Amino acid sequence: MEKKPSHVRTVIAYIVLIILTFLCLFFFYILIINASRHHSEIQKGFSFLPGTAFVRNLKNVLKDANIPVVSGIKNSLIVSSLSAAIATYFSALTAYGLYAYNFKLKKPAFIFIMLILVMPTQVSALGFINLITKMKMLNTLYPLFLPSIAAPAVFYFMYSYMQSSLPIELVEAARIDGCGEFRTFNRIVLPIMKPAMAVQAIFAFVSSWNNFFIPALVISDNSKKTLPILIASLRSADFLKFDMGKVYMLITIAIVPIIIVYIALSKYIVAGVALGGVKE
Amino acid sequence: MDKGKKIKDVSYAKYGYFFIAPFFIAFLIFQLIPLGQTIYYSFFEYYRSGLKIIGPNPVGFANYQALVESGFLKYAGNTIIMWLIGFVPQIIVSLILAAWFTDVRLRIKGKQFFKVVIYMPNLIMASAFAMLFFALFSDNGPVNSTLISLGILHQPFRFLSTVWGTRGLVGLMNFLMWFGNTTILLMAAVMGINPALFEAAELDGCSPRQTFFKITLPMIRPILVYVLITSMIGGLQMFDVPQILTNAQGSPNRSTMTLIMFLNNHLYSKNYGMAGAVSVILFIVCAILCLLVYFTLNADDGMSHGKKKKKARRA
Repeated sequence: MEKKPSHVRTVIAYIVLIILTFLCLFFFYILIINASRHHSEIQKGFSFLPGTAFVRNLKNVLKDANIPVVSGIKNSLIVSSLSAAIATYFSALTAYGLYAYNFKLKKPAFIFIMLILVMPTQVSALGFINLITKMKMLNTLYPLFLPSIAAPAVFYFMYSYMQSSLPIELVEAARIDGCGEFRTFNRIVLPIMKPAMAVQAIFAFVSSWNNFFIPALVISDNSKKTLPILIASLRSADFLKFDMGKVYMLITIAIVPIIIVYIALSKYIVAGVALGGVKE
Repeated sequence: MDKGKKIKDVSYAKYGYFFIAPFFIAFLIFQLIPLGQTIYYSFFEYYRSGLKIIGPNPVGFANYQALVESGFLKYAGNTIIMWLIGFVPQIIVSLILAAWFTDVRLRIKGKQFFKVVIYMPNLIMASAFAMLFFALFSDNGPVNSTLISLGILHQPFRFLSTVWGTRGLVGLMNFLMWFGNTTILLMAAVMGINPALFEAAELDGCSPRQTFFKITLPMIRPILVYVLITSMIGGLQMFDVPQILTNAQGSPNRSTMTLIMFLNNHLYSKNYGMAGAVSVILFIVCAILCLLVYFTLNADDGMSHGKKKKKARRA
């Protein structure tokens, strides 16, 4: 008698979960199906089975002179990789500075970073664009990754990780052995921080890969454009004249690499979300 | 001996400054100085008219006054409405899922699979996701053609020409992108509750509903507050999805124009005075929300801060 209500609840739970799973996956399923179909097939309506034009669509997108996809992928990769590397290294460095040393401004510095933890960069976009114009960095990739040196959310994650996994005795032991402070950080602290850095590198890479607002204001030169800007330019072009196979293919190129990496590393990423609690 | 140690301590302090210097220098250059300049420009008439640049002329609060007249309040309203359409179902679904996933009596199998699936949309490029929705929900797109061929509709429903169709799509996308993230956060919070509480509740014959409202919900309140505030900040930044979905028009009839889209338009047309005024208002709202986040995190982290102090003293 006791078990019955629990049984009904389990069934309801599974039904809801299956509906949500369907919602999450269905759109990407259509995306991949349509990326493999010919323009005329797509116009005719929806199909559950993939078409045969996948390679053809891919070739068409890659050689389209109006949307420089190859350089777009390259630019996106450069910016995202550098952002990820810079954000994780400098956040670990900052976190270590505040964790391992005692100095007068330690507490104010920590409070300051915590106060700006979730401050959006959009509020200072106007001054930012002005400044990089003066610094002759407009239309270059530098302004897209250099600000990652100051990533408060990544810092907070690193700091929390140090509290739980970096015994200060280890640092003291290194000092006694005559290891310099920078060397201690690079040779002893960084290897211990590897799990935290890997998780944060993934998040930093993805958010930079997906970033649209600032890059769209900084970049106007076709050869410097990143993938989100290319997608936006596709939207503002006369949509009806477009080969829909190409449109779906470009979206696939922007999304699928991230999904593949995510599925491969999902265990660590999901655990990282639960730990971090802080996302931009 | 003691003296020698003290000198050593002092010499270590400078490394602290070395290590945190890059962060603060980068923050100063890329955020703080730009923020100062943004605030400064908000008090100037400074825009481009054709090829001519007007200003900068100091105008006091005229830009702020002009904001209200140019629809700022309407765009703020749009942003809040679209945020709510996404957030309300998001928090309800996430709470239910978090309760189910952590309920030992339910024994849901494949938890890891479901977590992986529901978090996935969060990593998708928002602009590509919006482009995908635009293609799928266009008048002759797959969604309409499917609904017609199933006999549910007789003619295409023009999602992107109706106010609530477009707002609904934006809300749906925000919901899909964020409910997995919220679920995982809330689950972590529920799992942090002392299991003895749930056991005691079960022994006392609490129904799942009672357990949820009397134990789970009050215990995870700090995280709920955190989720609410960060989601509000995220909502204020809403840009990519409506920008791409409506091609920067906020169509139909500017009913999906968000505050950041409005800011973007001014930045694009190089009206720095107005862009500054929008930014300053956004900054003030965000600063209040940042303060709230600071206090919730500190209240929540009481224990780890104690730990930190102990360790710092030892160092």
